[in-house]
Amino acid sequence: MAINDAIIGWKTITFGCDVVEPGNSANFRTGDWRSQRPVLDKEKCIKCGMCWIFCPDMCYSQTDDGYFEADMEYCKGCGICAHQCPKDAITMVPEEG
Amino acid sequence: MGKRIGVEVSIAVADAVKLARAEVIPAYPITPQTHIVEHLAEIVANGELDAEYIPVESEHAAMSACCGAVAAGARVFTSSSSQGLSLMSEILYIPSTMRLPMVMVVANRAMSAPISIWNDHQDIMVQRDIGWIQTFAENGQEAVDLVLHAFRVAEDRKVSLPMIVNIDGFTLSHVIEPIELPTQEEVDDYIPPFKPKRKLDPRKPVTMGPVGIPEVYTEAKVAHDHVIKNSRKVILKAWKEFAEKFGREYHPVESYKAEGADTILVTMGSISETAMTAIDKMRDDGKNVGLVRIRLWRPFPAQEFRAATKHAKVLAVIDRCLPPGAVCGPVGAELRSVFYKIPGSPKIFSFVAGLGGRDVTVERFEEIIDKAEQYAKRRPKELYEVIGVREK
Repeated sequence: MAINDAIIGWKTITFGCDVVEPGNSANFRTGDWRSQRPVLDKEKCIKCGMCWIFCPDMCYSQTDDGYFEADMEYCKGCGICAHQCPKDAITMVPEEG
Repeated sequence: MGKRIGVEVSIAVADAVKLARAEVIPAYPITPQTHIVEHLAEIVANGELDAEYIPVESEHAAMSACCGAVAAGARVFTSSSSQGLSLMSEILYIPSTMRLPMVMVVANRAMSAPISIWNDHQDIMVQRDIGWIQTFAENGQEAVDLVLHAFRVAEDRKVSLPMIVNIDGFTLSHVIEPIELPTQEEVDDYIPPFKPKRKLDPRKPVTMGPVGIPEVYTEAKVAHDHVIKNSRKVILKAWKEFAEKFGREYHPVESYKAEGADTILVTMGSISETAMTAIDKMRDDGKNVGLVRIRLWRPFPAQEFRAATKHAKVLAVIDRCLPPGAVCGPVGAELRSVFYKIPGSPKIFSFVAGLGGRDVTVERFEEIIDKAEQYAKRRPKELYEVIGVREK
């Protein structure tokens, strides 16, 4: 039998396809279709935060040691951070699998 | 019961909307629907109806405002025609799957080009698959009655779907007919206050109209399909109660001298009155003919239609719509599907008539029936025929 990839049945779907749980978009992982990801070379990084400023998905945040790290749950792999980095400290590498 | 008075059908329709106590009316004028929303604007401005009248910048905006107003819990009415209805098209698919009930009267008109303000059914056939419940009125009284019925059905919690009442542009919308408007008390008794199953409320947040990913979309559409099919029961019950209260009885299909008729003419809308005159004349001439009119177009009443035509040998189906390149008009195609591979089903012949305001006369109906009977003996080359078209 063919695999059914539906996540809800027509009999159990909400009225008018409403989303009835407020704020549940936080549960939705949006970075799972990325084709490449940013890799930081800490030797070159000067902690300027340009990646954090330019990231269109606001997925960068500063860690305790002052570097900026991208959240892979949300990173789409657009490469803007790598493009903006003044020290070429970010390299985009292909996602595997 | 109210008094029977001579009144323009558009004005009577607007009065029916007032009696139904519409609360939000987003509207944009377009011929031949204008008199309806114009009169409603007057009614609201005069303080006769406590409603929000929104003079929007386009039909696209009108339908968008309708969706928002229903989502906020209001009883909503609008009206459109032809190009205006098509400008709404993008939005029309939305309230139906989102289960936002509202009532729209479409004063049916041809689609450009060439520019035509006159009557046929091409505008609504463009919107055939929007998932709204759709009825077609034959005369002014029925237009009023179907509007009241539409509010009752659309807002029923088991249905909660938008509904269109089709009235023929000009031939219905602009004629003065004897119409009986019920009293406010009678209408209040027939149409209970709108109690939506859910509405936009900051205390209980919901997202209406979210993205339907591939893992959800099919199920959302199938749920909608089941709801519109099951709305049949509510539609019938509301007509039954209408008959008890107001004394006028309505059914999904209407038969006129069709019992035992060999050849049955199939029509929708106001041309059916001329068709009845044609049937009377042909009966007088000794022909065994009858008429079946489709009142409920969506959900299509296949069961009732088969029952009304079960003894017929030939069906002559009239479409007031010419879809270029199609095998035949939409009503003809629908009925061929209804009878497909059913043993003993009638032979179905499809005709296109009355485009862009061209009159369909008694003689034309006679011609259609004669042709259908000939074609039953000798199969025609084409799957449909345009009636009354001039060659040179």
